[in-house]
Amino acid sequence: MNELATLFRRELALAWGRGGGPMLALPFYACIATLLPFAVGGDHAQLAPIATGISWLALALTSLLSLERLFERDFEDGALDLLALGAPSMVATCFIKCLAQWLATGAPLAIAAPIIALGLGAKPELWSLIFTSALLGGLGFAFTGGVGAALAIGSRRGGVLIAVIVLPLFVPPVIFGATAISQAADGLAWQSGFALLGAYSLASVALSPFAMAAACRNALS
Amino acid sequence: MFLANPQRFMSFSKWAAPIFGVLAVGMLGIGFTLGFTVPDDYQQGQTVRLLFLHPQVSFVSMMAYAAMGVSAFFGVVFRHLLADAAARAAAPIGAGFTFLALLTGSFWGRPMWGTWWEWTDPRIMSELVLFLFFLGYMALLSAVDDEAKATRAANILAMVGLPNLAVVHFSVYWWNSLHQGSSITTTIMAWFHSLSGGGQADKPGLAPIYVAPFVLSFFGLACLFAALWLVRIRSEVWRRKAGALAVQAAGKA
Repeated sequence: MNELATLFRRELALAWGRGGGPMLALPFYACIATLLPFAVGGDHAQLAPIATGISWLALALTSLLSLERLFERDFEDGALDLLALGAPSMVATCFIKCLAQWLATGAPLAIAAPIIALGLGAKPELWSLIFTSALLGGLGFAFTGGVGAALAIGSRRGGVLIAVIVLPLFVPPVIFGATAISQAADGLAWQSGFALLGAYSLASVALSPFAMAAACRNALS
Repeated sequence: MFLANPQRFMSFSKWAAPIFGVLAVGMLGIGFTLGFTVPDDYQQGQTVRLLFLHPQVSFVSMMAYAAMGVSAFFGVVFRHLLADAAARAAAPIGAGFTFLALLTGSFWGRPMWGTWWEWTDPRIMSELVLFLFFLGYMALLSAVDDEAKATRAANILAMVGLPNLAVVHFSVYWWNSLHQGSSITTTIMAWFHSLSGGGQADKPGLAPIYVAPFVLSFFGLACLFAALWLVRIRSEVWRRKAGALAVQAAGKA
């Protein structure tokens, strides 16, 4: 257990600093959220209905950013070999990595999500739902994204490849999350979309470490 | 598994591939001829002829993904080279069938539903995700230099995408969809019902005159997939053999 705690502290420190983490993700999120209104014209009447959708899309795209370094960094400098030799299983290691990824990028983005959605013209009373679904969706983005990152280890052009692999996996949470928020905005029952989002995220937390571990072992073999 | 042995597979597929090909051409020939000669539907008019292409192509696209996913599973778990080759071989064919399913569906949706494409339809969306999984599989395969590692990584991705097959299948029951429920099962049930002399089934399936072209083009396309798949697996095996011989020759020289 102590090893896992040490590993968690290391992963969190790596994800937080060194060119990754929130200091890159938050400005990127802000930039996309700035560009999209210009693309649709910036008219408030046009923008307000799609504000929450835009903030979700920007969130999903931003979650892709730091994935490239999640495994590749450790693979290049040999740390992944050491992690594979260590006492914690590869599955646990991958789990810890994604958890740290979620805390370092997913959580700050979830805090920024309501601000950006409100700035685009979403209803103020939606902020708590936007925050919780961004937090929950970020968990799914981190773990399914980790699968793509692990599969792309050692490839040429890792970043683009990860996006191609991972975006199909991002389709369900984007649909469920956006549905929940737009239902709530229309005064309808948002619980079913939110529950499906939670189910998808938790299922990805439970299952994707196994796929990641298999992919890491393959890359190291 | 009888076909797990590469030599037995090669001698089997040498005959099976052309037989499937001939069956495909024969059944598709008869099926499409019948399909173009049956009378128009009283509601759908001419567009009913897509009934003999779109459901079948869509079903075979799912079959292709299942073939790829199961092969990938055997490749990953048992490290079986032939299973790896089978998974790799299925991907481009499956992508082609999936693309055709989306395209023919679009052609049918325009006159029937008044839209080429409906973003809220769960079956269209899950079929699109299926297409993206095929593309991701091929992208991953081509992005890693080491062929064995690339295949293994892509096979893991194929297994990750397997649950989506269930979503494609059940999407029409789980969510509101423009797509109808199971036309194939309903038709088969109605058909058995009429065969056993039970009179009218609870849910009427296809009109009897549409059943023959519907079923023939389905089995024809399934045979087409089988033939193309076997040919591609055979060429994978030969490519590997040629690579091994080239290495041998280079060693002697």
